[in-house]
Amino acid sequence: MIELEDVAFGYGGSVLMTGIALALAPGSFQFLTGPSGAGKTTLLRLCSMHLRPTAGTARVFGRDAATMTRDEVAAARRRIGVVHQDCRFLDHLPVADNVALPLLVAGRSRQAADRDVAELLAWVGLAGQAGALPPALSGGERQRAALARAVVTSPDVILADEPTGNLDWEMSLRLLQLLVQLNRLGKAVLVATHDLNLIRAAKGQVAARVLRLSGGRIQQAGAEL
Amino acid sequence: MRRALAGLARRLSGGDGVRIVPPTGFTARLTVFSAAAMAMLAVFALALALAAGRFAAGWEATLARAATVRVAAPAGELEAQVAAALRVLDQTPGVESFRRLPEAERRALLAPWLGAELPAADLPLPELIEVTLGAEGPDAEGLRLRLAAEAPGALYDDHGRWREPAVAAAGRLRTVGLAAAALIAAATAAMVALAAQASLAANRGVIEVLRLVGARDRFIVAAFVRRFTLRALAGAAAGAALGAAVVALLLPAGPLSAGPGFSGPEWLWPLAVPPVAALVAFAATRLAAVRVLRELP
Ligand SMILES: Nc1ncnc2c1ncn2[C@@H]1O[C@H](COP(=O)(O)OP(=O)(O)O)[C@@H](O)[C@H]1O
Ligand SMILES: [Mg+2]
Repeated sequence: MIELEDVAFGYGGSVLMTGIALALAPGSFQFLTGPSGAGKTTLLRLCSMHLRPTAGTARVFGRDAATMTRDEVAAARRRIGVVHQDCRFLDHLPVADNVALPLLVAGRSRQAADRDVAELLAWVGLAGQAGALPPALSGGERQRAALARAVVTSPDVILADEPTGNLDWEMSLRLLQLLVQLNRLGKAVLVATHDLNLIRAAKGQVAARVLRLSGGRIQQAGAEL
Repeated sequence: MRRALAGLARRLSGGDGVRIVPPTGFTARLTVFSAAAMAMLAVFALALALAAGRFAAGWEATLARAATVRVAAPAGELEAQVAAALRVLDQTPGVESFRRLPEAERRALLAPWLGAELPAADLPLPELIEVTLGAEGPDAEGLRLRLAAEAPGALYDDHGRWREPAVAAAGRLRTVGLAAAALIAAATAAMVALAAQASLAANRGVIEVLRLVGARDRFIVAAFVRRFTLRALAGAAAGAALGAAVVALLLPAGPLSAGPGFSGPEWLWPLAVPPVAALVAFAATRLAAVRVLRELP
């Protein structure tokens, strides 16, 4: 559903990565690892079209991202759930409204959204914080809220950037379970993480591929995990 | 129908009553205040323009229907020339009525200049005939020629000398009032655009989150436009009401409707100010928002 073909990218003229090939096929579950600063976040932002390749092609739902209009990009983003590392919210709205936001933006009515939102918040353990404002949440709670927001529309692709960075092990497993369940429904999942325990735990539940980004190149890792 | 209305209400309140744009900030107060101040000034400018229009029409009507014949001649010929002038007036079509002013009235006309205790015989006063013209008026040139032939000391004055500059001045005043109203609208647009731009810059994070979750530009623009349009509407409504109240209380339309207030259907003008302000705010915010959004990925 998202393919990067021979993609190169760098900030402001430098070269961060080259010859990147990545395919997020329906039903695939992939981890992206690599040292800090290798470009994992950057790669995810290329997939969500927040960044454009300096060379090569990003194909999103069959379309070359370079030829898409702003409205088409917006429409494609509604089929991509993103959990950013920095988890930004509308700080003046309660958590429940923030989680419902992708539904409202897609034209769903607030009442229709409410049930899905309540269910998801309960799943990520934030039922009690539904009415709280985002600035009042802890780092881990923000990540859980961001994940809930990313999956509330049941998107075709889920991109998660270090989603368990601030979570304890039990909550990490719970989020993993949610991602695995969505993956079984046919969603493509890409998780950037350097939490090797998380990857090992996933391998017991799903046929996950592990990609390693370093030195500006992407390789398949595996055996050593 | 009910469903359409509910949809409209939902759209006006913004995404199901969810306030996408944070409600506070100085831009809100700036928009409301400047819209109120501008609306008040716009009402004053409109009152001025309407009053000028009324003055012009009033002068046109009263001065156009009045004229004078002044007869100055040596004492011996005076009576005969006055009689001739009266006869000519009587035979001129377009003259509705005329009246020879008695000496007391003529003296009264001079009193403001020369004082009331002017000795009666000291100053020979010209004879004056006050003429009221019909709607069409006489053929002024023909009348002057006949008077010159039959009463050489008689001068016909239809006040054109006074009327035209007065009417022209009132017309200019009216133009100034309308230009002021237009300027105020432009200044309002600039103020609202500035406030909207400041709000968009302050809410860059909000816009990025909205783009992240797949909001179309339309959706984001509408959220800001709605907010600023409603603020401008509210501010302008308050300002226009205040302005109209001031005009009505301090400058009521006079009995001859020559005062600077509003009268009758003219009250529609101040009523039109808030919707126009809302329209101006709508366009200004839209332009600003579209420009800012174009720069985000
Ligand atoms: N907006 C940016 N402008 C310039 N350089 C950036 C920007 N974002 C990230 N970088 C640089 O690009 C490199 C990769 O960053 P990032 O993709 O965040 O790596 P990772 O997520 O793997 O830690 C880093 O060296 C970082 O400093
Ligand atoms: Mg990163």
